[in-house]
Amino acid sequence: MINVIWLALIIIGFGFAAAQGNIEAVTSAAFDGAKTGVTVCFGLISVLVFWLGMMKLAEDSGLLKKIAKLLSPVVRFLFPDVPRNHPAMGYILSNMSANLLGLGNAATPMGIKAMQELQTLNQDKTGASPAMCTLLALNTASITLIPTTLIAIRMNYKSANPTEIVGTTLVATIIATFAAVAADRYYRRKFLKRNPRPPIPADPMQGAKPDMKG
Amino acid sequence: MTAIINTISAWAIPVLIAFIPLFAFVKKVPVYESFVVGAKDGFETAIQIIPNLVGMMVAISVFRASGALDFFVGWTGPFLRELGVPSEILPLGLLRPLTGTGSLAFATDLISVHGPDSMIGRMASTIQGSTDTTLYVLTVYMGAVGIRNGRYSLKVGLFSDVVGFIASIIVCLLFFG
Repeated sequence: MINVIWLALIIIGFGFAAAQGNIEAVTSAAFDGAKTGVTVCFGLISVLVFWLGMMKLAEDSGLLKKIAKLLSPVVRFLFPDVPRNHPAMGYILSNMSANLLGLGNAATPMGIKAMQELQTLNQDKTGASPAMCTLLALNTASITLIPTTLIAIRMNYKSANPTEIVGTTLVATIIATFAAVAADRYYRRKFLKRNPRPPIPADPMQGAKPDMKG
Repeated sequence: MTAIINTISAWAIPVLIAFIPLFAFVKKVPVYESFVVGAKDGFETAIQIIPNLVGMMVAISVFRASGALDFFVGWTGPFLRELGVPSEILPLGLLRPLTGTGSLAFATDLISVHGPDSMIGRMASTIQGSTDTTLYVLTVYMGAVGIRNGRYSLKVGLFSDVVGFIASIIVCLLFFG
């Protein structure tokens, strides 16, 4: 699907520019886009290096495991096929907490780390596992308690009540998250029906997780 | 309320930055060495996602610069106005899953043109806060582990963006209307 979207964006863009006699725009836009991509990545380096360093500390000290244990009922429901004591659990939980607090920059490295841990459990290394899809669903819906950036922008433009959108954002984001989780469950069932899951390697601490129906 | 939120956003990260190393130190972790090991991981990850991000940014940039985006907005505008939804808001909905910085720029533009306390300003704020850059998230997260087949995650992500977009508009109309 990403292949199709990527190609469609470029071909439709090319078509429009050609039809409007604005073909030079394609060249400059392509190079601008490439530049932006690299700039964003370089901007991410500092954040990723710093937060993954911090997260390594949280991991080595057992902090992540503690948090994971605390919130495990929610995550166990969302990720039935990740063993309870697997490091992925801790990263998933940190990623969710960071999103919740609107710490977008901190959420990304933890999410990436969670993906890397989930990859160790993945049977087909080039295809996303159902657990990965759930993590992506949660991140694209991203429950937000405090939309920090937007509050800051509203303050900039002298809003009478910059934080009045906290309530509406929370309601909308909860609805979007429920929709994402429901859709994820629906497709997960369909996917597992077509690809019956091979037995999960038993977790030495807890034993294999109970299977989801479907 | 503003004071509480400001305090929380100001303190959240500093508290984490102080607490995590302190906790690790108490647990007898060699804090600096452990930090550096993790940090190295972060560098490699950032470099690894460059190709993915460049590819996606080029496609979005071409699509936007060609006028294709404006065309789709103009095409759907009248239909939205029928429903009482300001059509100015639509490009934000289209941009949001594609580019975080692009949609933030667009939301800021709407807020500055129509005012933060206008319906459009409130909707733009709510939409920007309650949805995410689905394509960016998928690109970065899957790129980091070399996943090529995202299965159904794009469908789920875009679906939740649509739901978030519609929910934002309805909630704003109900709440501020």
